[in-house]
Amino acid sequence: MAIVFQKPKALKDTPMHYCPGCTHGIAHRLVAEALDELDIEGKTIGIASVGCSYNSYDYFGCDMIQAPHGRAPAVATGVKRSKPDNVVFTYQGDGDLAAIGTAEIVHAAARGEKITVIFINNTIYGMTSGQMAPTTLLNQYSTTTPYGRIADQHGFPINVCEMLATLEGPAYIERVSLHDVKHIKKAKQAVKKAFKVQIANKGFSLVELLSTCPTNWGLSPVESLKRVEDDMIPHYPLGVFKGKDLEV
Amino acid sequence: MGQKLLMKGNEAIAEAAIRAGCLHYFGYPITPQTEISHYMAKKLPKVGGVFLQAESEVAAINMVYGSGSTGTRVMTSSSSPGISLKQEGLSYIAGSQIPAVVVNIVRSGPGLGGIQPAQSDYFQSCKGGGHGDYRQIVLAPSSVQELYELTVEAFNLADRYRMVAMIMGDGNLGQMMEVVEFRNEEPIEHYDKQWATVGHENSREQNVVTSIHLNPAVLEKMNLDLQEKYRVIKEKECRYEIYNQDADIFIVAYGIVARIAKSVIEMAKDKGINVGLLRPITLWPFPDQAFDQVIDKAKAFLTVEMSSGQMLEDVKLALNGRKPVYFHGRMGGMVPARDDIMKEIRNIYNLHVKND
Repeated sequence: MAIVFQKPKALKDTPMHYCPGCTHGIAHRLVAEALDELDIEGKTIGIASVGCSYNSYDYFGCDMIQAPHGRAPAVATGVKRSKPDNVVFTYQGDGDLAAIGTAEIVHAAARGEKITVIFINNTIYGMTSGQMAPTTLLNQYSTTTPYGRIADQHGFPINVCEMLATLEGPAYIERVSLHDVKHIKKAKQAVKKAFKVQIANKGFSLVELLSTCPTNWGLSPVESLKRVEDDMIPHYPLGVFKGKDLEV
Repeated sequence: MGQKLLMKGNEAIAEAAIRAGCLHYFGYPITPQTEISHYMAKKLPKVGGVFLQAESEVAAINMVYGSGSTGTRVMTSSSSPGISLKQEGLSYIAGSQIPAVVVNIVRSGPGLGGIQPAQSDYFQSCKGGGHGDYRQIVLAPSSVQELYELTVEAFNLADRYRMVAMIMGDGNLGQMMEVVEFRNEEPIEHYDKQWATVGHENSREQNVVTSIHLNPAVLEKMNLDLQEKYRVIKEKECRYEIYNQDADIFIVAYGIVARIAKSVIEMAKDKGINVGLLRPITLWPFPDQAFDQVIDKAKAFLTVEMSSGQMLEDVKLALNGRKPVYFHGRMGGMVPARDDIMKEIRNIYNLHVKND
């Protein structure tokens, strides 16, 4: 009988610790499928960050480095500059990338570092139990905005793709969503393209994946997927922000 | 020995690094060590190396962490406030056991302080400036020649023990010019870095560089392994200089202050006072055993530092109450003057030597 669906080779056979309904598992799978299909796992070095995916090296089979909070793009820069023939990616959440690691992501992008950034935006700090993230939407509840995010006090959410797209350095920036199968298929193409951009030596690539955090949102997995569609996409529009016409 | 060149201390460090096979440098501008970056920016592209000016000290040390994780010989340099910013990265590098060389051309603090020389980062460098139970090898050169030789050695030590080897100079050493005599060939040690994250090429198990272990038993084991490594280093890698071994009074000083101490020793000799120098070259591991070599004859010790007395604590620990210890220090970028040190020597002489 022909096998039509199986675990990607680039994922290890380790049970994941992510909460039920969390989309990290899907995002991991998309990255692993890209590594498989491009046959690059053997020369890939992944950079895990700080947050729920701190131990993504337990799931990805490629060589990996665990970076300090927010510093993954700097660690990736060091790896890529010293080993330019390897493929290097970071896997970062929104607290890691858009708060404590703002300087590192902006400058890696501005330099056009030939790395791929997988950016998980679930509008909240997951691992530390649901605090406000830079991406938290206005009026969204969190453990540090118990009365909702109020612009006057907490400022406004950061749209990372739009911000980075103002720079010359990035070759490819796209925002995708993981809330249904149709969008997951699109997300897969974006992740794969981001790696292809790096392999073709075109420059910095970043894919933002709108993701869920049912545990800290206080929603069921199904309600969470609906929140991505109803609340997040209107604020974080999907699409290609840089490299629309880039052929790889 | 080979070529002789008149060089600034900072340039000698950079040249030494390149000669030691370090072709990858990540740094951020800060006085008084910028000549290291300038030298690297000019030379490294010509030898197929990497020079990158990072957006911050924080980024620079993390680039070092990434580059070092691939087994590449890599260096960053900075000065005190910048080294403070690097502490997070240094702690991760210690926990992940990555070799790296870090240069601190110390300036005075605290805060933004000043750009004049100081030795006030001794605690930060030797006692673990970042979080967690860790150490780094700290080498304290006292001449431009030694900046060159110890920088080469730092790369070997970093590779041998998979940890940070720090060159701790000061604004004086970094900026002053002296003749350096280079070796024709550097004693570069080569290690098989099987742990490096360079891509498994489908031919071996995955390599992971990490410092997180949520299981406390695993983390304690990791800490015990680190402490065992530090024990071996303490046993094997202490370096020091003893000058005038039969002296009655010993000045304990490192770096540029040891140079001043040597001229005080000459002054004292003219006055009939027998003074020696005990100069730690490794600040960590601190050379406790050096004190045992002179303790029988020595009547007292005078620690001289460009700080409020930081190494002083290690001197007292090494002597463990066996002999009196005195201290003379200057701060804020002021350098101890010979006459002031001589005054202290005379007092110690009157108290402990004269009527003995």
